[in-house]
Amino acid sequence: MKPIHAIAAAAAVAALALSAAATAGTLDDVKARGVLRCVVSTGIPGFAYPDANGVWKGFDIDFCRATAAAVLGDPKKIKEVTATGKTRFTLLNAGEGDVLWRNTTITFSRDVGVKLRFHGVNYYDGQGFMVKKSAGIKSATELDGASICIQTGTTTELNLADYFHSNNMKYEAVTIETNDEARQNYVAGRCDVYTTDASGLAATRSTFANPDDHVILPEIISKEPLGPATRQGDAQWSDIITWVLNATITAEEKGITQANLDDMKNSKDPEVLRLLGVEGNQGKELGLSKDWAYNIIKAVGNYGEIFERNIGVKTPIGLERGLNALWTNGGLQYSPPFR
Amino acid sequence: MAEATQAYEVGRHPELPPPRSEVGVLGWLKHNLFSSPFNVVLTLLVVWFLWTVIPPLFEWMVLNSVWTADTRKECWARMAVPEDGACWAFIKGRIQLFIYGFYPHPLRWRVNLSFVLLVLAIVPVLYDKLPGRKYALWYAAAFPFIAGWLLVGGFGLTPVDTDQFGGILLTLIIGVTGISFSLPIGILLALGRRSTMLVPRVLCVLFIEFIRGVPLITLLFVAATMLNYFLPPGTVFDLLVRVLIMVTLFSAAYIAEVVRGGLQAIPRGQFEAADSLGLTYFQAHLTIVLPQALKISIPGIVNTFIGLYKDTTLVLIIGMLDPLGIGRASLADPVWLGLAREVYIFVALFFFICCFSMSRYSLYLERKLHTGHNY
Repeated sequence: MKPIHAIAAAAAVAALALSAAATAGTLDDVKARGVLRCVVSTGIPGFAYPDANGVWKGFDIDFCRATAAAVLGDPKKIKEVTATGKTRFTLLNAGEGDVLWRNTTITFSRDVGVKLRFHGVNYYDGQGFMVKKSAGIKSATELDGASICIQTGTTTELNLADYFHSNNMKYEAVTIETNDEARQNYVAGRCDVYTTDASGLAATRSTFANPDDHVILPEIISKEPLGPATRQGDAQWSDIITWVLNATITAEEKGITQANLDDMKNSKDPEVLRLLGVEGNQGKELGLSKDWAYNIIKAVGNYGEIFERNIGVKTPIGLERGLNALWTNGGLQYSPPFR
Repeated sequence: MAEATQAYEVGRHPELPPPRSEVGVLGWLKHNLFSSPFNVVLTLLVVWFLWTVIPPLFEWMVLNSVWTADTRKECWARMAVPEDGACWAFIKGRIQLFIYGFYPHPLRWRVNLSFVLLVLAIVPVLYDKLPGRKYALWYAAAFPFIAGWLLVGGFGLTPVDTDQFGGILLTLIIGVTGISFSLPIGILLALGRRSTMLVPRVLCVLFIEFIRGVPLITLLFVAATMLNYFLPPGTVFDLLVRVLIMVTLFSAAYIAEVVRGGLQAIPRGQFEAADSLGLTYFQAHLTIVLPQALKISIPGIVNTFIGLYKDTTLVLIIGMLDPLGIGRASLADPVWLGLAREVYIFVALFFFICCFSMSRYSLYLERKLHTGHNY
């Protein structure tokens, strides 16, 4: 072996050893750093945006804060790693973020191909269409030959192609980069239809001077379950993210809110007591403190509170709970029990 | 009539005022706007175009604009017709975010101080008539390091993570670093490429051709994502530093080619004269060749700098929030949704002011250094 090869080999081994050491436990890394790094979006209405003071807010940000509250006991100890749709997975896989809370559709290729781990669904979305009411279109099946504004680099492109192909229809794609660009193009009439996730359509529709002049068609052509992701190969960290999400849903199921949190500590329900760390040892089994779930709800509230605060009907986004209602209310949000 | 018939001796005719159609406003109009049928048509077209564009734009930007509101709804409600005016209240409320990004509030005096120091550093570089310029230039050379210390902290100041930089601050950091470091590196590369020594020449050619052959966005992607795969995990290698290195190298390669063009325009006689005077390579270049070559290259160099400055917005793609990124992120605020025009016009104005000043300065510099023949 030539010396140069020996050096290269040694460097490779060292790098492998180091990488093994560094990926041994994201939890330990986060605790040692004292800050949770969340991969978040560079701006999605209601899901992630900076307010006038530069503080990040939104649905996804609240879940990031919930994770920080569970792991570090303080929802403020987060660092937002802003990522575009194209850089989000590489940033996560390169270790620049600990967890991804970024409006990301769970798909086979992302789970298996990109080598991510997904941990449940924090928002059930689906791709829809918006058209001007004056066009008189009532159903997506009438869209043959339409020009359609669509964002690049997302799953929506493929869904659209599939839908039109299977319905034997043609369309002209007007590809755009951001939601605002789509809005301008749609208003200016360069496309007849705007398609994106229904939550995005609602947000865009709310920005028009007369929202009633635009209709969101009844067809939802895809399933877009959005959820948090982590790198593969860290089972403990995966468990934590899974159960942070489940804790917010269970809290809503059990009626635990930010307001009544301390009273609920005297609840008769053993599951509530386990969740809040009054009984049992669940926090420790996760590698967290006893009051991890208590800290989550104290910081951001239960799932319903997070939803209503950021994207619910009282916000300008004005989304109904719909599929994201609890299973007891006809929705899909369902948490495995804390047992 | 009497005057017309009056006889003068040869050469004694008094100078008459020029015809009225040749002077004043009328003359100017005739010569500049209506000198030929084609120009008449062009002038009328432009006037028509400006007439259709400027009044509505002025109305939208100034007359119908709203400067105080807390939400978009409130903003539009204050207008006679919703969406009929600019909602500058949105920009006004976020001006701090646009300037400082996410820099911690209590420490923003450090950013302000850096801005002041930047101006103090730039002035002596740009104008050579200042007293004590020699010392001021030493200070200007030290400025990037002083500013770096002020902004990042350490050595007695509270450290600030560079991912909290954003907005105009971020643009200025990338722009100023790129501009001030790429010029010397570019000159060295240009000299290296023209060197008679094989190894430096090949290295410089390889470097320049590689960088010029790859889009900046690719380099930024490599900086943002790929480098981590090559470096051992846990290596803390700041993203901003990576971006600064890539931007500097990118613009250095272009500067090198611009400067090489300047060098090639210098007649051989100049080199030979320097040689015959017994000057060394460095003496010859520093005193004879480079001053002339750089003077010729000014338009190209400034062009590259302006391009670099505008290219800083590309960092948006790798998730860093420059003014454009801040604007786009702010557009996602639910209470302000749908004000894209205001944001893009504001950002465009910011970049226009910066780039236009650079281009004006380069014109001034060209005139000042124009010591050759005036044709």
